[in-house]
Amino acid sequence: MPKILVIAEHNGAKLNTSTAKTVACAASMDEAIIDVAVFAADASFIAIEAAKLNSVKRVMKYERSENEHSLAAIIAPQIIAIAEEYTHIFAPSTTFGKDLMPRVAALLGVNQISDVMSIESSRIFKRPIYAGNAIETIEIPMQDIVVATIRIASYAATTNGNSATIESGNPSKVKLPTHTRFVEIKSSVTDRPDLQTAAKVVSGGRALASEENFDIIYKLAGKLNAAVGASRAAVDAGYVPNEMQVGQTGKIIAPDLYIAIGISGAIQHLTGIKDAGTIIAINKDAEAPIFEVADIGLVADLFIAVPELIEALN
Amino acid sequence: MEKILVGLKRVVDYNVRVRVKSDSSGIETEGVKMSINPFDEIALEEALRIKERGEASEIIVISIGSTEAQQQLRTGLAMGADRAILVETDSQVGSLCVARAIKSFIDRDSVDLVILGKQAIDGDNNQTAQMLSAIWDRPQATFASQLEIKGDKAMVTREIDAGLEVIEIDLPAVISADLRMNEPRYVKLPDIMKAKKKPLEITALSDLNIDQGPEIKSLLFEAPLERSRGAMVNDVAELVATLKEKGLA
Repeated sequence: MPKILVIAEHNGAKLNTSTAKTVACAASMDEAIIDVAVFAADASFIAIEAAKLNSVKRVMKYERSENEHSLAAIIAPQIIAIAEEYTHIFAPSTTFGKDLMPRVAALLGVNQISDVMSIESSRIFKRPIYAGNAIETIEIPMQDIVVATIRIASYAATTNGNSATIESGNPSKVKLPTHTRFVEIKSSVTDRPDLQTAAKVVSGGRALASEENFDIIYKLAGKLNAAVGASRAAVDAGYVPNEMQVGQTGKIIAPDLYIAIGISGAIQHLTGIKDAGTIIAINKDAEAPIFEVADIGLVADLFIAVPELIEALN
Repeated sequence: MEKILVGLKRVVDYNVRVRVKSDSSGIETEGVKMSINPFDEIALEEALRIKERGEASEIIVISIGSTEAQQQLRTGLAMGADRAILVETDSQVGSLCVARAIKSFIDRDSVDLVILGKQAIDGDNNQTAQMLSAIWDRPQATFASQLEIKGDKAMVTREIDAGLEVIEIDLPAVISADLRMNEPRYVKLPDIMKAKKKPLEITALSDLNIDQGPEIKSLLFEAPLERSRGAMVNDVAELVATLKEKGLA
Protein backbone atom coordinates (compact mmCIF):
# COMPACT_ATOMS: atom_id res chain seq x y z
CA MET A 1 0.00 0.00 0.00
CA PRO A 2 1.54 3.36 -1.02
CA LYS A 3 2.41 5.63 1.88
CA ILE A 4 2.94 9.16 0.64
CA LEU A 5 4.61 12.04 2.43
CA VAL A 6 3.61 15.45 1.08
CA ILE A 7 5.96 18.29 1.99
CA ALA A 8 3.86 21.34 2.82
CA GLU A 9 4.74 24.63 1.16
CA HIS A 10 4.06 27.72 3.24
CA ASN A 11 5.36 31.21 3.84
CA GLY A 12 5.90 30.79 7.57
CA ALA A 13 2.35 31.87 8.38
CA LYS A 14 0.00 30.30 5.85
CA LEU A 15 -0.23 27.10 3.88
CA ASN A 16 0.29 27.64 0.15
CA THR A 17 -2.52 26.32 -2.12
CA SER A 18 0.13 24.28 -3.94
CA THR A 19 0.03 21.90 -0.97
CA ALA A 20 -3.69 21.13 -1.46
CA LYS A 21 -3.01 20.46 -5.15
CA THR A 22 -0.14 18.13 -4.30
CA VAL A 23 -2.39 16.28 -1.86
CA ALA A 24 -4.98 15.97 -4.66
CA CYS A 25 -2.35 14.34 -6.85
CA ALA A 26 -1.32 11.97 -4.04
CA ALA A 27 -4.98 11.07 -3.47
CA SER A 28 -5.31 10.06 -7.12
CA MET A 29 -3.10 7.04 -6.38
CA ASP A 30 -5.06 3.91 -5.41
CA GLU A 31 -5.17 3.16 -1.68
CA ALA A 32 -2.69 5.89 -0.83
CA ILE A 33 -2.15 6.81 2.80
CA ILE A 34 -1.15 10.46 2.92
CA ASP A 35 0.82 12.32 5.58
CA VAL A 36 1.71 15.99 5.32
CA ALA A 37 4.96 17.26 6.85
CA VAL A 38 5.27 20.88 7.91
CA PHE A 39 8.80 22.14 8.45
CA ALA A 40 8.59 25.56 10.08
CA ALA A 41 9.79 27.63 13.01
CA ASP A 42 6.21 27.74 14.28
CA ALA A 43 4.04 25.23 12.46
CA SER A 44 0.91 25.48 14.59
CA PHE A 45 -1.40 27.46 12.30
CA ILE A 46 -0.05 25.88 9.12
CA ALA A 47 -0.59 22.39 10.55
CA ILE A 48 -4.21 23.22 11.42
CA GLU A 49 -4.80 24.32 7.82
CA ALA A 50 -3.13 21.17 6.47
CA ALA A 51 -5.23 18.95 8.76
CA LYS A 52 -8.39 20.33 7.11
CA LEU A 53 -7.38 18.97 3.70
CA ASN A 54 -9.44 15.95 2.74
CA SER A 55 -7.54 12.67 2.14
CA VAL A 56 -4.81 13.59 4.65
CA LYS A 57 -4.38 11.00 7.40
CA ARG A 58 -1.85 12.75 9.61
CA VAL A 59 0.00 16.06 9.76
CA MET A 60 3.50 15.98 11.15
CA LYS A 61 5.00 19.20 12.56
CA TYR A 62 8.75 19.66 12.60
CA GLU A 63 9.46 22.87 14.42
CA ARG A 64 12.95 24.29 14.60
CA SER A 65 14.11 27.88 14.41
CA GLU A 66 16.35 26.88 11.46
CA ASN A 67 13.21 26.02 9.48
CA GLU A 68 12.02 29.62 9.35
CA HIS A 69 13.01 30.26 5.75
CA SER A 70 12.41 26.93 3.98
CA LEU A 71 16.00 26.50 2.77
CA ALA A 72 16.53 23.25 0.84
CA ALA A 73 19.89 22.51 2.47
CA ILE A 74 18.23 22.74 5.90
CA ILE A 75 14.99 20.86 5.21
CA ALA A 76 16.41 18.04 3.06
CA PRO A 77 18.32 16.25 5.85
CA GLN A 78 15.22 16.37 8.08
CA ILE A 79 13.17 14.71 5.33
CA ILE A 80 15.85 12.03 4.93
CA ALA A 81 15.51 11.26 8.64
CA ILE A 82 11.84 10.31 8.19
CA ALA A 83 11.91 9.03 4.60
CA GLU A 84 12.14 5.38 5.57
CA GLU A 85 8.48 5.31 6.62
CA TYR A 86 7.28 6.23 3.13
CA THR A 87 7.07 4.78 -0.38
CA HIS A 88 6.64 8.21 -2.01
CA ILE A 89 7.66 11.78 -1.17
CA PHE A 90 5.84 14.55 -3.05
CA ALA A 91 6.20 18.32 -3.13
CA PRO A 92 4.67 20.90 -5.48
CA SER A 93 6.63 21.77 -8.58
CA THR A 94 7.00 25.37 -7.47
CA THR A 95 10.38 27.01 -6.87
CA PHE A 96 10.11 25.66 -3.30
CA GLY A 97 9.69 22.03 -4.40
CA LYS A 98 12.06 22.26 -7.36
CA ASP A 99 14.79 23.55 -5.08
CA LEU A 100 14.22 20.94 -2.41
CA MET A 101 13.28 17.61 -3.95
CA PRO A 102 16.32 16.86 -6.13
CA ARG A 103 18.44 17.40 -3.02
CA VAL A 104 16.26 14.92 -1.14
CA ALA A 105 16.40 12.38 -3.99
CA ALA A 106 20.19 12.59 -4.34
CA LEU A 107 20.66 12.08 -0.60
CA LEU A 108 18.47 8.99 -0.89
CA GLY A 109 20.44 7.81 -3.94
CA VAL A 110 17.41 7.80 -6.25
CA ASN A 111 16.34 9.76 -9.29
CA GLN A 112 13.66 12.41 -8.97
CA ILE A 113 10.61 12.84 -11.17
CA SER A 114 9.84 16.44 -12.06
CA ASP A 115 6.38 17.84 -12.85
CA VAL A 116 4.16 14.79 -12.49
CA MET A 117 0.97 15.54 -14.45
CA SER A 118 -0.70 12.18 -14.09
CA ILE A 119 -0.34 9.07 -11.95
CA GLU A 120 -0.85 5.87 -13.93
CA SER A 121 0.07 3.55 -11.07
CA SER A 122 2.18 3.75 -7.93
CA ARG A 123 5.27 3.32 -10.15
CA ILE A 124 4.25 4.86 -13.48
CA PHE A 125 3.92 8.61 -14.07
CA LYS A 126 3.41 11.03 -16.92
CA ARG A 127 5.32 14.28 -17.21
CA PRO A 128 5.83 16.99 -19.82
CA ILE A 129 9.21 17.46 -21.50
CA TYR A 130 10.47 19.91 -24.16
CA ALA A 131 8.35 22.76 -22.83
CA GLY A 132 5.28 20.55 -22.93
CA ASN A 133 5.75 19.59 -26.58
CA ALA A 134 5.95 15.94 -25.60
CA ILE A 135 4.65 13.83 -22.74
CA GLU A 136 6.88 11.12 -21.34
CA THR A 137 5.62 8.08 -19.41
CA ILE A 138 8.22 6.80 -16.96
CA GLU A 139 8.50 3.87 -14.63
CA ILE A 140 10.38 3.81 -11.34
CA PRO A 141 11.93 0.53 -10.16
CA MET A 142 9.91 -1.26 -7.48
CA GLN A 143 12.59 -1.07 -4.80
CA ASP A 144 13.15 2.70 -5.01
CA ILE A 145 11.38 5.35 -3.01
CA VAL A 146 9.59 7.72 -5.44
CA VAL A 147 10.64 11.34 -4.99
CA ALA A 148 8.60 13.66 -7.20
CA THR A 149 7.47 17.21 -7.77
CA ILE A 150 3.86 17.67 -8.82
CA ARG A 151 2.78 19.91 -11.67
CA ILE A 152 0.14 21.82 -9.72
CA ALA A 153 -1.61 23.17 -12.85
CA SER A 154 -2.71 19.57 -13.52
CA TYR A 155 -4.66 19.22 -10.27
CA ALA A 156 -7.57 20.97 -8.62
CA ALA A 157 -6.91 21.67 -4.94
CA THR A 158 -8.26 19.02 -2.59
CA THR A 159 -11.24 20.30 -0.63
CA ASN A 160 -11.39 21.19 3.06
CA GLY A 161 -13.50 19.42 5.66
CA ASN A 162 -11.09 16.94 7.19
CA SER A 163 -9.70 16.93 10.69
CA ALA A 164 -6.55 14.84 10.41
CA THR A 165 -4.45 14.15 13.49
CA ILE A 166 -1.62 16.57 14.13
CA GLU A 167 1.55 15.17 15.67
CA SER A 168 4.84 16.76 16.60
CA GLY A 169 7.91 15.11 15.16
CA ASN A 170 11.25 15.30 16.88
CA PRO A 171 13.57 16.90 14.39
CA SER A 172 16.16 18.15 16.85
CA LYS A 173 18.33 15.08 16.54
CA VAL A 174 19.14 15.86 12.90
CA LYS A 175 22.39 17.82 12.49
CA LEU A 176 21.85 20.76 10.16
CA PRO A 177 24.40 22.61 8.04
CA THR A 178 25.18 26.29 8.66
CA HIS A 179 26.68 26.94 5.22
CA THR A 180 23.47 28.44 3.80
CA ARG A 181 21.96 31.57 5.36
CA PHE A 182 18.81 33.49 4.51
CA VAL A 183 19.39 37.23 4.08
CA GLU A 184 16.17 38.77 2.79
CA ILE A 185 13.24 38.42 0.46
CA LYS A 186 12.05 41.18 -1.85
CA SER A 187 8.42 40.73 -2.84
CA SER A 188 6.25 43.23 -4.57
CA VAL A 189 3.40 43.54 -2.09
CA THR A 190 0.06 43.26 -3.80
CA ASP A 191 -3.54 42.70 -2.81
CA ARG A 192 -4.35 41.14 -6.16
CA PRO A 193 -5.20 37.43 -6.41
CA ASP A 194 -2.27 35.02 -6.42
CA LEU A 195 -1.07 34.28 -9.96
CA GLN A 196 -0.62 30.54 -9.40
CA THR A 197 -4.11 29.90 -8.07
CA ALA A 198 -6.31 32.70 -9.48
CA ALA A 199 -9.41 31.77 -11.48
CA LYS A 200 -8.71 34.63 -13.88
CA VAL A 201 -5.40 35.98 -15.12
CA VAL A 202 -4.61 38.96 -17.34
CA SER A 203 -1.09 38.98 -18.79
CA GLY A 204 0.83 41.62 -20.69
CA GLY A 205 3.73 41.28 -23.08
CA ARG A 206 6.47 43.24 -24.76
CA ALA A 207 3.94 45.34 -26.69
CA LEU A 208 3.04 47.19 -23.49
CA ALA A 209 6.38 48.93 -24.11
CA SER A 210 6.84 50.38 -20.61
CA GLU A 211 6.30 49.87 -16.92
CA GLU A 212 3.82 52.79 -16.88
CA ASN A 213 1.77 51.33 -19.72
CA PHE A 214 1.33 48.14 -17.69
CA ASP A 215 -1.17 50.15 -15.65
CA ILE A 216 -3.93 49.28 -18.10
CA ILE A 217 -3.24 45.59 -17.48
CA TYR A 218 -3.60 46.15 -13.72
CA LYS A 219 -6.81 48.12 -14.31
CA LEU A 220 -8.35 45.41 -16.46
CA ALA A 221 -7.28 42.78 -13.93
CA GLY A 222 -8.91 44.85 -11.19
CA LYS A 223 -12.19 44.92 -13.12
CA LEU A 224 -12.16 41.14 -13.46
CA ASN A 225 -10.72 40.41 -10.02
CA ALA A 226 -7.90 38.70 -11.89
CA ALA A 227 -4.25 38.08 -11.11
CA VAL A 228 -1.64 39.71 -13.34
CA GLY A 229 0.99 37.82 -15.29
CA ALA A 230 3.52 38.67 -17.97
CA SER A 231 5.57 37.18 -20.76
CA ARG A 232 9.29 36.66 -20.39
CA ALA A 233 9.90 39.59 -22.74
CA ALA A 234 7.97 41.96 -20.46
CA VAL A 235 9.91 40.76 -17.41
CA ASP A 236 13.27 40.94 -19.20
CA ALA A 237 12.45 44.50 -20.28
CA GLY A 238 11.85 45.38 -16.64
CA TYR A 239 8.17 46.32 -16.99
CA VAL A 240 7.20 43.92 -14.18
CA PRO A 241 9.01 41.82 -11.55
CA ASN A 242 10.16 38.24 -12.15
CA GLU A 243 7.47 36.58 -10.07
CA MET A 244 4.92 37.55 -12.70
CA GLN A 245 6.49 35.50 -15.50
CA VAL A 246 4.26 32.83 -17.01
CA GLY A 247 5.82 30.03 -19.08
CA GLN A 248 8.23 27.12 -19.25
CA THR A 249 10.66 28.66 -16.81
CA GLY A 250 8.21 30.87 -14.95
CA LYS A 251 4.83 29.88 -13.59
CA ILE A 252 2.70 27.16 -15.14
CA ILE A 253 -0.91 28.13 -14.53
CA ALA A 254 -4.41 26.83 -15.23
CA PRO A 255 -6.93 29.63 -14.65
CA ASP A 256 -10.52 29.43 -15.96
CA LEU A 257 -9.86 32.58 -17.97
CA TYR A 258 -6.53 33.77 -19.39
CA ILE A 259 -6.31 37.04 -21.28
CA ALA A 260 -3.05 37.54 -23.20
CA ILE A 261 -2.49 41.15 -24.19
CA GLY A 262 0.30 42.13 -26.52
CA ILE A 263 1.87 38.68 -26.15
CA SER A 264 3.00 37.04 -29.39
CA GLY A 265 2.93 33.53 -27.92
CA ALA A 266 6.37 31.90 -28.01
CA ILE A 267 6.14 28.15 -27.30
CA GLN A 268 7.86 28.77 -23.97
CA HIS A 269 4.97 31.05 -22.98
CA LEU A 270 2.25 28.77 -24.36
CA THR A 271 3.48 25.87 -22.25
CA GLY A 272 2.60 27.91 -19.18
CA ILE A 273 -1.06 28.37 -20.17
CA LYS A 274 -1.99 25.15 -21.98
CA ASP A 275 -4.37 24.08 -19.25
CA ALA A 276 -6.28 27.36 -19.03
CA GLY A 277 -10.05 27.10 -19.48
CA THR A 278 -10.62 29.90 -21.96
CA ILE A 279 -7.76 31.80 -23.59
CA ILE A 280 -8.39 35.24 -25.03
CA ALA A 281 -5.76 37.01 -27.06
CA ILE A 282 -5.57 40.64 -28.05
CA ASN A 283 -2.72 41.41 -30.42
CA LYS A 284 -2.05 43.82 -33.26
CA ASP A 285 -0.36 41.13 -35.33
CA ALA A 286 -2.95 38.80 -36.92
CA GLU A 287 -0.15 36.26 -37.55
CA ALA A 288 0.90 36.05 -33.88
CA PRO A 289 1.16 32.38 -32.74
CA ILE A 290 -0.96 33.15 -29.66
CA PHE A 291 -4.03 33.09 -31.94
CA GLU A 292 -3.38 29.42 -32.74
CA VAL A 293 -4.25 28.47 -29.17
CA ALA A 294 -6.69 31.24 -28.28
CA ASP A 295 -10.38 30.41 -27.95
CA ILE A 296 -11.25 34.00 -28.75
CA GLY A 297 -8.95 36.31 -30.67
CA LEU A 298 -9.12 40.01 -31.35
CA VAL A 299 -6.71 41.68 -33.74
CA ALA A 300 -6.44 45.21 -32.40
CA ASP A 301 -4.15 47.84 -30.97
CA LEU A 302 -4.09 47.05 -27.28
CA PHE A 303 -3.85 50.72 -26.34
CA ILE A 304 -7.29 51.22 -27.93
CA ALA A 305 -8.91 47.84 -27.22
CA VAL A 306 -7.99 47.46 -23.55
CA PRO A 307 -9.38 50.83 -22.40
CA GLU A 308 -12.53 50.04 -24.39
CA LEU A 309 -12.74 46.67 -22.69
CA ILE A 310 -12.34 48.24 -19.24
CA GLU A 311 -15.08 50.74 -20.14
CA ALA A 312 -17.40 48.00 -21.40
CA LEU A 313 -16.96 46.03 -18.18
CA ASN A 314 -18.05 49.00 -16.06
CA MET B 1 39.18 31.44 -6.13
CA GLU B 2 40.97 29.11 -8.48
CA LYS B 3 38.61 27.03 -10.56
CA ILE B 4 35.03 27.33 -11.74
CA LEU B 5 33.37 24.34 -13.39
CA VAL B 6 30.48 24.94 -15.78
CA GLY B 7 28.18 22.27 -17.23
CA LEU B 8 27.22 22.47 -20.91
CA LYS B 9 24.49 20.20 -22.21
CA ARG B 10 23.92 19.58 -25.90
CA VAL B 11 20.18 19.98 -26.55
CA VAL B 12 17.77 20.54 -29.42
CA ASP B 13 17.93 24.24 -30.22
CA TYR B 14 15.27 26.24 -28.42
CA ASN B 15 13.78 27.49 -31.69
CA VAL B 16 13.04 23.98 -32.95
CA ARG B 17 9.53 22.67 -32.48
CA VAL B 18 10.19 19.08 -31.48
CA ARG B 19 8.15 16.13 -32.66
CA VAL B 20 7.55 12.76 -31.07
CA LYS B 21 8.76 9.84 -33.22
CA SER B 22 5.94 7.98 -34.96
CA ASP B 23 6.72 4.79 -32.99
CA SER B 24 6.45 6.70 -29.66
CA SER B 25 10.00 5.66 -28.71
CA GLY B 26 11.42 9.14 -28.31
CA ILE B 27 11.85 12.58 -29.79
CA GLU B 28 12.85 13.14 -33.41
CA THR B 29 16.38 14.57 -33.30
CA GLU B 30 17.59 13.46 -36.71
CA GLY B 31 18.75 16.48 -38.73
CA VAL B 32 17.59 18.85 -36.01
CA LYS B 33 19.72 21.85 -35.00
CA MET B 34 21.54 21.25 -31.72
CA SER B 35 22.90 23.93 -29.39
CA ILE B 36 24.22 24.56 -25.91
CA ASN B 37 21.33 24.53 -23.45
CA PRO B 38 20.52 28.28 -23.12
CA PHE B 39 20.68 28.23 -19.31
CA ASP B 40 24.16 26.65 -19.50
CA GLU B 41 25.30 29.45 -21.80
CA ILE B 42 24.22 31.90 -19.11
CA ALA B 43 26.10 29.85 -16.50
CA LEU B 44 29.26 30.01 -18.62
CA GLU B 45 28.88 33.74 -19.22
CA GLU B 46 28.65 34.30 -15.47
CA ALA B 47 31.80 32.24 -14.87
CA LEU B 48 33.67 34.18 -17.56
CA ARG B 49 32.68 37.49 -15.99
CA ILE B 50 33.93 36.31 -12.59
CA LYS B 51 37.26 35.41 -14.18
CA GLU B 52 37.41 38.73 -16.04
CA ARG B 53 36.93 40.55 -12.73
CA GLY B 54 40.02 38.70 -11.49
CA GLU B 55 38.05 36.59 -9.02
CA ALA B 56 38.85 33.21 -10.61
CA SER B 57 41.76 31.90 -12.62
CA GLU B 58 40.43 28.97 -14.63
CA ILE B 59 37.10 28.11 -16.23
CA ILE B 60 36.48 24.46 -17.08
CA VAL B 61 33.49 23.33 -19.12
CA ILE B 62 32.13 19.80 -18.82
CA SER B 63 29.53 17.85 -20.76
CA ILE B 64 28.12 14.39 -20.23
CA GLY B 65 26.86 13.08 -23.54
CA SER B 66 27.60 11.77 -27.00
CA THR B 67 30.79 12.42 -28.94
CA GLU B 68 28.94 15.20 -30.83
CA ALA B 69 28.81 17.22 -27.60
CA GLN B 70 32.40 18.19 -28.44
CA GLN B 71 30.82 20.82 -30.72
CA GLN B 72 29.12 22.48 -27.76
CA LEU B 73 32.29 22.25 -25.66
CA ARG B 74 34.27 23.90 -28.50
CA THR B 75 31.69 26.68 -28.54
CA GLY B 76 32.20 27.03 -24.80
CA LEU B 77 35.95 27.24 -25.33
CA ALA B 78 35.38 29.87 -28.02
CA MET B 79 33.29 31.87 -25.56
CA GLY B 80 36.33 31.92 -23.29
CA ALA B 81 36.54 28.74 -21.20
CA ASP B 82 40.11 27.51 -20.67
CA ARG B 83 39.64 23.79 -21.08
CA ALA B 84 36.92 21.21 -21.60
CA ILE B 85 35.98 17.74 -20.40
CA LEU B 86 33.67 15.37 -22.27
CA VAL B 87 32.33 12.43 -20.33
CA GLU B 88 31.28 10.30 -23.25
CA THR B 89 28.22 8.08 -23.25
CA ASP B 90 25.60 7.16 -25.81
CA SER B 91 22.95 6.28 -23.27
CA GLN B 92 20.37 8.65 -21.85
CA VAL B 93 21.62 9.22 -18.33
CA GLY B 94 19.59 10.64 -15.47
CA SER B 95 20.43 13.78 -13.48
CA LEU B 96 21.83 11.77 -10.56
CA CYS B 97 24.32 10.02 -12.82
CA VAL B 98 25.29 13.39 -14.34
CA ALA B 99 25.75 14.85 -10.86
CA ARG B 100 27.95 11.90 -9.86
CA ALA B 101 30.05 12.26 -13.01
CA ILE B 102 30.56 15.99 -12.38
CA LYS B 103 31.40 15.28 -8.75
CA SER B 104 34.25 12.98 -9.75
CA PHE B 105 35.90 15.88 -11.63
CA ILE B 106 35.27 18.30 -8.76
CA ASP B 107 37.29 15.94 -6.58
CA ARG B 108 40.02 15.38 -9.15
CA ASP B 109 40.51 19.03 -10.09
CA SER B 110 39.67 20.68 -6.72
CA VAL B 111 36.94 22.93 -8.06
CA ASP B 112 35.85 25.94 -5.95
CA LEU B 113 32.56 26.83 -7.60
CA VAL B 114 30.19 25.05 -9.98
CA ILE B 115 27.69 26.96 -12.11
CA LEU B 116 25.05 25.01 -14.01
CA GLY B 117 21.97 26.06 -15.93
CA LYS B 118 18.85 25.71 -13.79
CA GLN B 119 17.29 23.28 -16.22
CA ALA B 120 17.94 21.78 -19.63
CA ILE B 121 15.25 22.65 -22.12
CA ASP B 122 14.93 19.05 -23.35
CA GLY B 123 14.03 17.10 -20.20
CA ASP B 124 13.03 20.23 -18.22
CA ASN B 125 14.11 18.37 -15.10
CA ASN B 126 15.74 21.14 -13.08
CA GLN B 127 17.68 18.73 -10.85
CA THR B 128 21.41 18.43 -11.53
CA ALA B 129 22.65 21.43 -9.51
CA GLN B 130 20.61 20.42 -6.47
CA MET B 131 21.71 16.79 -6.71
CA LEU B 132 25.34 17.74 -7.15
CA SER B 133 25.36 20.00 -4.11
CA ALA B 134 23.65 17.24 -2.10
CA ILE B 135 26.23 14.56 -2.88
CA TRP B 136 29.05 17.12 -2.49
CA ASP B 137 27.50 18.17 0.85
CA ARG B 138 27.82 21.84 -0.10
CA PRO B 139 25.38 24.77 -0.40
CA GLN B 140 23.10 25.19 -3.39
CA ALA B 141 21.82 28.49 -4.74
CA THR B 142 19.28 27.68 -7.41
CA PHE B 143 17.53 29.96 -9.93
CA ALA B 144 20.19 32.65 -9.45
CA SER B 145 19.77 36.01 -11.12
CA GLN B 146 22.68 37.70 -9.36
CA LEU B 147 25.91 36.37 -7.91
CA GLU B 148 28.43 38.31 -5.90
CA ILE B 149 31.63 36.62 -4.73
CA LYS B 150 32.93 37.88 -1.39
CA GLY B 151 36.10 35.96 -0.53
CA ASP B 152 35.06 32.53 0.67
CA LYS B 153 31.37 33.44 0.59
CA ALA B 154 28.85 34.38 -2.05
CA MET B 155 25.68 36.46 -1.99
CA VAL B 156 23.11 35.09 -4.39
CA THR B 157 19.81 36.58 -5.48
CA ARG B 158 17.34 33.84 -6.40
CA GLU B 159 14.22 34.16 -8.54
CA ILE B 160 11.52 32.39 -6.57
CA ASP B 161 7.73 32.33 -6.84
CA ALA B 162 7.34 34.96 -4.12
CA GLY B 163 9.85 37.40 -5.63
CA LEU B 164 13.59 37.71 -5.13
CA GLU B 165 15.32 35.91 -2.29
CA VAL B 166 18.85 36.74 -1.20
CA ILE B 167 20.93 34.06 0.51
CA GLU B 168 24.53 33.98 1.68
CA ILE B 169 26.44 30.76 1.12
CA ASP B 170 29.90 29.47 1.98
CA LEU B 171 32.12 28.38 -0.90
CA PRO B 172 32.61 25.92 -2.45
CA ALA B 173 29.03 25.75 -3.67
CA VAL B 174 26.79 25.01 -6.63
CA ILE B 175 24.86 27.78 -8.38
CA SER B 176 22.08 27.24 -10.92
CA ALA B 177 21.63 30.05 -13.39
CA ASP B 178 18.26 31.57 -14.23
CA LEU B 179 17.40 33.52 -17.35
CA ARG B 180 18.05 37.02 -16.13
CA MET B 181 21.50 36.40 -14.67
CA ASN B 182 23.19 37.93 -17.74
CA GLU B 183 23.15 38.02 -21.51
CA PRO B 184 25.69 35.61 -22.97
CA ARG B 185 28.28 37.00 -25.38
CA TYR B 186 28.44 36.12 -29.05
CA VAL B 187 31.32 34.04 -30.23
CA LYS B 188 33.70 35.80 -32.63
CA LEU B 189 35.41 34.01 -35.51
CA PRO B 190 39.01 34.45 -34.24
CA ASP B 191 37.91 32.93 -30.93
CA ILE B 192 36.57 29.87 -32.74
CA MET B 193 40.01 29.44 -34.32
CA LYS B 194 41.73 29.87 -30.96
CA ALA B 195 39.35 27.41 -29.30
CA LYS B 196 40.57 24.63 -31.57
CA LYS B 197 43.92 24.72 -29.77
CA LYS B 198 42.47 24.59 -26.25
CA PRO B 199 42.57 21.25 -24.41
CA LEU B 200 39.51 18.98 -24.65
CA GLU B 201 39.78 15.85 -22.58
CA ILE B 202 37.55 12.84 -23.32
CA THR B 203 36.74 10.16 -20.76
CA ALA B 204 34.23 7.36 -21.15
CA LEU B 205 31.47 7.46 -18.56
CA SER B 206 32.07 3.77 -17.96
CA ASP B 207 35.69 4.54 -17.00
CA LEU B 208 34.62 6.76 -14.13
CA ASN B 209 34.32 4.95 -10.87
CA ILE B 210 30.70 5.90 -10.26
CA ASP B 211 27.37 4.21 -9.77
CA GLN B 212 25.31 5.09 -12.87
CA GLY B 213 21.97 3.83 -11.60
CA PRO B 214 19.21 3.72 -10.74
CA GLU B 215 17.73 3.82 -14.17
CA ILE B 216 14.56 5.70 -15.08
CA LYS B 217 12.66 3.65 -17.60
CA SER B 218 10.92 5.60 -20.36
CA LEU B 219 7.88 3.64 -21.44
CA LEU B 220 6.34 5.95 -23.98
CA PHE B 221 6.50 9.38 -25.58
CA GLU B 222 3.32 11.07 -26.78
CA ALA B 223 2.39 14.32 -28.40
CA PRO B 224 0.41 16.53 -26.02
CA LEU B 225 -3.25 17.29 -26.57
CA GLU B 226 -3.23 20.42 -28.67
CA ARG B 227 -5.57 23.32 -28.16
CA SER B 228 -7.37 24.16 -31.33
CA ARG B 229 -7.69 27.58 -32.85
CA GLY B 230 -10.84 29.30 -31.67
CA ALA B 231 -12.94 32.06 -33.15
CA MET B 232 -11.94 35.61 -34.00
CA VAL B 233 -14.09 38.52 -32.93
CA ASN B 234 -14.16 41.84 -34.76
CA ASP B 235 -14.30 44.30 -31.91
CA VAL B 236 -14.39 44.78 -28.16
CA ALA B 237 -18.21 44.74 -28.04
CA GLU B 238 -18.26 41.29 -29.60
CA LEU B 239 -15.52 40.15 -27.20
CA VAL B 240 -17.49 41.34 -24.16
CA ALA B 241 -20.64 39.66 -25.46
CA THR B 242 -18.77 36.34 -25.84
CA LEU B 243 -17.25 36.69 -22.36
CA LYS B 244 -20.68 37.29 -20.85
CA GLU B 245 -22.15 34.38 -22.78
CA LYS B 246 -19.50 32.11 -21.24
CA GLY B 247 -20.11 33.58 -17.78
CA LEU B 248 -16.55 34.89 -17.59
CA ALA B 249 -17.32 38.59 -17.16
